[in-house]
Amino acid sequence: MKEQSGNNLKFVSRKRRVREDKRFVKGTAVFAQDVNLPNMKHCAIVQSPYPRAKILSIDASQALGMEGVRYVLTGDEFRANANDMKFGLNTPEVKWYPLAVDITRYAGEWVAVVVADDQYTAEDAAELVEVEYESLEPIIDPEKAYDEKEVLVHPAHGSNVLYEGHFCWGTVDEDFAAAEETLSYRVRWGRSSTVPIETFGVVARWNEAVDLLDVWASIQMPNYVELLAATLRIPLNCVRLHQDVDVGGSYGVKRGIKHSVIVGYLSRLLRAPVRMIEDRLINMSSGDAHGPDRIFDTQVAFNRDGKILSLKIRALDDAGAYPSRAPFQLAKPISAIVGPYKINSVQYDAISVVTNKTGQVPVRGFGQSPTNYMIEAAVDKVARHLNLGRIEVRQRNFINHDEFPYQIPSGSKYDSGDYHTVLQKALDAANYDELINRRDAARAAGRLAGVGIGTCLEPGGGNNIFEYLMNPSAEITTFSEGAEIRVDPDGLVTGVVGTTTSGQGHETLMATIIGEELGIDPDTIRVVHADSLNAPVTRSPVASRMAIMLGSSTAAAAQKIIAKVMRIAAYNLQEVEDDLEYVDGSVFVRRDPVRKLTWRDICFIAHKAYHKMPNGMEPGLQAQHVFQVPGGGQLPDEQQRVQIYPCFSFQAHIPYVEIDPGTGHVKILDYTIGHDCGTMINPDIVRGMVIGGLVHGIGAALYEKFAYRPDGQFESATFADYLMPSVYEVPMVKDVDHCTPSPLTSHGQKGSGEGGYLGAPAAIASAVNDALYPRGVSIYELPMRSHLIEDLLNGGKTNP
Amino acid sequence: MKNTIDISVSINGKEFEDSVIPRMTLLDFLRDKARLTGTHTGCEHGVCGACSVIFDGDPVRSCSLLAVQANGKSVMTVEGLTNADGTPGIIQEAFQDAHAMQCGYCTSGMLVSAHALLERNDRPSLEDIKEAIGGNICRCTGYVQIIEAIQLAATRLREVSG
Repeated sequence: MKEQSGNNLKFVSRKRRVREDKRFVKGTAVFAQDVNLPNMKHCAIVQSPYPRAKILSIDASQALGMEGVRYVLTGDEFRANANDMKFGLNTPEVKWYPLAVDITRYAGEWVAVVVADDQYTAEDAAELVEVEYESLEPIIDPEKAYDEKEVLVHPAHGSNVLYEGHFCWGTVDEDFAAAEETLSYRVRWGRSSTVPIETFGVVARWNEAVDLLDVWASIQMPNYVELLAATLRIPLNCVRLHQDVDVGGSYGVKRGIKHSVIVGYLSRLLRAPVRMIEDRLINMSSGDAHGPDRIFDTQVAFNRDGKILSLKIRALDDAGAYPSRAPFQLAKPISAIVGPYKINSVQYDAISVVTNKTGQVPVRGFGQSPTNYMIEAAVDKVARHLNLGRIEVRQRNFINHDEFPYQIPSGSKYDSGDYHTVLQKALDAANYDELINRRDAARAAGRLAGVGIGTCLEPGGGNNIFEYLMNPSAEITTFSEGAEIRVDPDGLVTGVVGTTTSGQGHETLMATIIGEELGIDPDTIRVVHADSLNAPVTRSPVASRMAIMLGSSTAAAAQKIIAKVMRIAAYNLQEVEDDLEYVDGSVFVRRDPVRKLTWRDICFIAHKAYHKMPNGMEPGLQAQHVFQVPGGGQLPDEQQRVQIYPCFSFQAHIPYVEIDPGTGHVKILDYTIGHDCGTMINPDIVRGMVIGGLVHGIGAALYEKFAYRPDGQFESATFADYLMPSVYEVPMVKDVDHCTPSPLTSHGQKGSGEGGYLGAPAAIASAVNDALYPRGVSIYELPMRSHLIEDLLNGGKTNP
Repeated sequence: MKNTIDISVSINGKEFEDSVIPRMTLLDFLRDKARLTGTHTGCEHGVCGACSVIFDGDPVRSCSLLAVQANGKSVMTVEGLTNADGTPGIIQEAFQDAHAMQCGYCTSGMLVSAHALLERNDRPSLEDIKEAIGGNICRCTGYVQIIEAIQLAATRLREVSG
């Protein structure tokens, strides 16, 4: 067993305060809604009440007649002056405009935007915009949408199928033929999301004097500035995103490109700053922030000893009307399609369909959480079928610690891991035997009680190659991240991060790693979020990537600083570099440590004393490094095998639940999690991410659902309808960590932002089905809301 | 809707006077009129708790009150939890030490709820803490570090008060 690698480190892996927290506790952080510009205008939205309808006419005259109303924008005007918003698939006839043009495609879709001097006036005026519709029959059910030939969400596209891909890695047919047993099953992942407490907000101001669109937004999105510029038909360097705006939670979904192109367009037209802040109804119904909605039909081939040989998976995902980058969420799972298990072959059919629902966006884990739920369901089903222990079957199929790097059938090489040990640590921390005794005692007393087991892999730091897998015209093979370090003449250090933050602690990450590398107290290091025109190369903080990518680029930039410092010192001390030693900023002559140059000496020379610099050396002391994704840069091979993500974290979840037999309500009474994300840069941040992700998983497993009626009306527009875990739904989670360093990153770190969310739904489903087992029923549909379980208990419906 | 009403509200110990339209929420008044943007807009229907403030001694949701209802009353916002010299107060320090936040958006409401609890109860049980923040939704942390922060703050406050 490897020990925490942080033992010889000064700052990395140590408990240190998270520097971002101070502005949050003081209430002085600046979020998008806090950006208040002179003469700023405000927007309100006119929404379609119909899931599918022709727009016959829009009459804004009454609204425009109100005092304080400045403008009413419709889809026709936007289309005449701007481009549609591209989203990556090769589907040119699926046009996505921020405001409906001719036809509305989901209940709540935006039809017009009213601009006024204040928000109250804008919202009053929006009610006066008269829109005449002709209602049409919608298509709501994704399976029907797949087969439907007449009712098409985007008629010009010719079908409701956005993407259909077939992958076969390894000897699937042979493995199924050779297997002693097979099972087939269906699991369904419900339409939910991460729903940040801050809604999306954006402010734009067109600066005519310098041809520049200034944007302040609560954004977490790759390609945002590129998309803004392309849609508005302005050069890329005419957009400046102010990335020092704090983002009030995102977890993947803060992607208000629709909102942003509207205010960008309007600010230029009206020659005034324009702001759009979603209210909660807009956010839930039409903010483009719904998550995966997926049906899996899976077959698993296995032997009687519990060894799993092969999987055949069909995934049908309901992307909604305008799917943004959502279909790619079917592709990330390819990178860990067998989970932590040695499964010889896999067939994977991935299908994305459009329906008359709000568009789907990337959500925490980018499609891996539903897939992991499906994989873990297979393992539980195999164990039940063979009457073997669920832990035993997992242990039997796990990749062993000494088998890394381990290549799975779809081409991913897992970098490192020790799954047996992490699971064992979690079992120990959970007092597993006592947990089983507790369950059995509860059952003996007539209660419904269950223990769950769930594991997951968390791929982190990806290279975007999934885009090529689903659209070979997109030859994108990297997803790099840059860091810049500047040392001023006083020797003080500033780190520059190129993107926004939404709670991941990037400033703490960067300061900690600079401090570690340079031997300088991180508390003296400033870290700034540069605006997009001043920023190092970035692909935004998605995909559990910043510890891996920003961490490694920061470390490499720091090493460039040290290299320059050593050259300057060698020149001035008239020694060769090999005879010098760098310690905490100063450089000593090894054999005569009295002879040295201090950090201050060197910084002064670098900036001001050119006569003391080696010949031809660039003045100043600054460095940039752009980190390439390890293992990236390659297109898939002829069997569609590819390395999408470099680093793979692992978690094991053990919840204990009891179910009220009268109401079907599930109560989580105990929860233990074991996690291994390699070296933790800041353990408090990792712990928060792990537990927070886990609680998102509780929501997805038990409560959260964007529900649509069969007629297409949306039913979950408020927090009274869309139920999220409060503190009452969350147990005091016990967490235990382990460190298997990644060989691919600066300090052995991996990603930790998604694992909790990837493992929890599977584990809770495992616990619920364990509780239901004595009653002869089971449930393979999320969220497992009380009424579904109540129906099962009363009707004895089985879902095999 | 041009008619306005003059109101005077004590905010964090200072009198604040302004004319407001009758339908303006207390939340919008605090943010847009008093320019105290530490109080955050979350759901605007009284569920999430991000806009929590202390209103005449009780924690309330400022999205669900009108500014005119605060006329002659006292309001404390997250900005009022700092010490007189602007340094973070004891609960704010404890939230940092326990890293009881990530994105920081719900934090103001959490701090206000924690303050209201600890004003009344210097030895809160786990259940007391859950009840106090039961109406504050956090999407980042999973609550565990928030509970630990409130426990830490309670201990420190007891030490200070002897």
